[in-house]
Amino acid sequence: MSTSIVVDNITKEFTLRYHRTFKEVTVAKARGVKTSDKFNALEDVSFKVEAGESIGLMGLNGSGKSTLLKLINGVMRPDKGQVLTRGRIAGLIATGAGFHPQLSGTENLVLNAAILGMGEKELKRKYDSIVEFADLGRTIEAPVGHFSSGQRARLGFAVAIHVESDIFLADEVLAVGDKPFRSKCMKKMLEIRDSGRTLVYVSHSPASVERMCSRTIVLEKGKLGFDGETKAAIHYLEYDKPDDDQELSDDEMGNDI
Amino acid sequence: MTDTVATPSTPQEEQPLSPPSPPSGLIAVFKQRYLLRLLVQREISARYQGSFLGLIWSYINPLSQFFIYWFVMGYLFGAHKDTPNFPIHLFAGLILVHFFNETFNAGTRSIMRNKALVVKMAMPREMFPVATMLVSLYHVVPQVVVLVIAAVFTGFSPDLTSVVCLVLAIAIIAAIGLSGALLFSAANVFFSDFGNIVNVLTNFVRFGVPMMYPYALVHERFGRFADYYLLNPLADAVIIFQRAFWYPTLTDADLAKLDANGKVVLPDHLLMHGVLALAGSLVLLAFSQWVFSRLENKIPERL
Repeated sequence: MSTSIVVDNITKEFTLRYHRTFKEVTVAKARGVKTSDKFNALEDVSFKVEAGESIGLMGLNGSGKSTLLKLINGVMRPDKGQVLTRGRIAGLIATGAGFHPQLSGTENLVLNAAILGMGEKELKRKYDSIVEFADLGRTIEAPVGHFSSGQRARLGFAVAIHVESDIFLADEVLAVGDKPFRSKCMKKMLEIRDSGRTLVYVSHSPASVERMCSRTIVLEKGKLGFDGETKAAIHYLEYDKPDDDQELSDDEMGNDI
Repeated sequence: MTDTVATPSTPQEEQPLSPPSPPSGLIAVFKQRYLLRLLVQREISARYQGSFLGLIWSYINPLSQFFIYWFVMGYLFGAHKDTPNFPIHLFAGLILVHFFNETFNAGTRSIMRNKALVVKMAMPREMFPVATMLVSLYHVVPQVVVLVIAAVFTGFSPDLTSVVCLVLAIAIIAAIGLSGALLFSAANVFFSDFGNIVNVLTNFVRFGVPMMYPYALVHERFGRFADYYLLNPLADAVIIFQRAFWYPTLTDADLAKLDANGKVVLPDHLLMHGVLALAGSLVLLAFSQWVFSRLENKIPERL
């Protein structure tokens, strides 16, 4: 098997600015207050993913999961270290990004597909099955601005999932769709996993990560906390401990399945 | 449905491991022509979506400006007397000024406006300023058609030089407008003050080019310093545009009269000035691209 993603000692530094206007900055400087702070969103993270492997990515809010995906996706570049990938990358990272509220669903579909890297021919081949998957009926001719958030998510998801790729990044809780659509999406995700593509799956739901991935990486405040079997990762995060107060199961919350 | 699952695009062994960052730079933008075309189409169709008059608004704005200037400059200040076919002179200048200001203004805001895409999608970010420039260019076409019709009614006799001048003038404005848009769109991400600076700069443009006044006046007042006036590539482009549309509407009698009054209608070596201005604009464009690439890295996290 060949390596699909190499993350090699990457560090990504963010600058936090407390004051933005000229007035604020001058006042702060005069008082000797710090005007900006640097912190590492990711610090010295390394791992490798083999082709065809599906890994889960877990961690609390703000632990750097999305930043890591952006670095793998190529939107951001690391300050130190390097990220290497093999083949085309697609995913549920920006479903519906760039939707223009005034244009119709079909117009947005075409544009969104192009933004996600689909060529003209590829789109022509898949257009019908995208429309079928989104299953929006005649609503698809209406301006996207009139869509409900669920309908918008369906269209975005339908396009994203049809993009050809070698690496698939999923960073979205499918909490907006209705139940039939969510199970359709989950089926599709499993199909993707079994099609031999590399999958990186971000989720807060232990059940779905366990179902999708055998290996899971846990980020803790930007550092690699754990890398290994999913069950152990969930245990490491203490997501398997019952809460003191009444906890709702995944299914009860309607989250992620 | 199973056949719709996208398959790995190519056998994996063929592709090398490489950094995932998208190719950047203007060249990469023009390699992705399909996406660029769709972005331009989106802008054009979204701009007048839900408006009853639609594309007609693209005419109303410059035409209203035209009538204001025509009345104030031509009638109140008496430019009609000094400059033959002053309305053509005015409208020709206005088209280019409008093209430049639109490119510069909208281009500067383009990255902020497409925030959602910039922070999430890996694509050359020069795409957005370029798309804005092309949208502005698209709106130039109908205005030029109106100008040609007006010129024909005032005795337009174009020659081959007119065509060369038209292309040259548009190319200069496109290059310099795009370089301004690139430079300021990246800077605007860091401080939105740059968007306001653009507003101030565009105010100068109307008065820095021979639109409301003829070049002859510049030559008359500035004397040998008129050469410095010609260092402004925008002014060069507008004079060249005047050569393409306004100059061919002048009759021999008009020219003789202007000559007798000692007026220099057009500067010497006009085309050479134009080619130099284009070269200068391209150098500026290369510089803007360089700055843009340096700032680009920090753009996603500052949005």
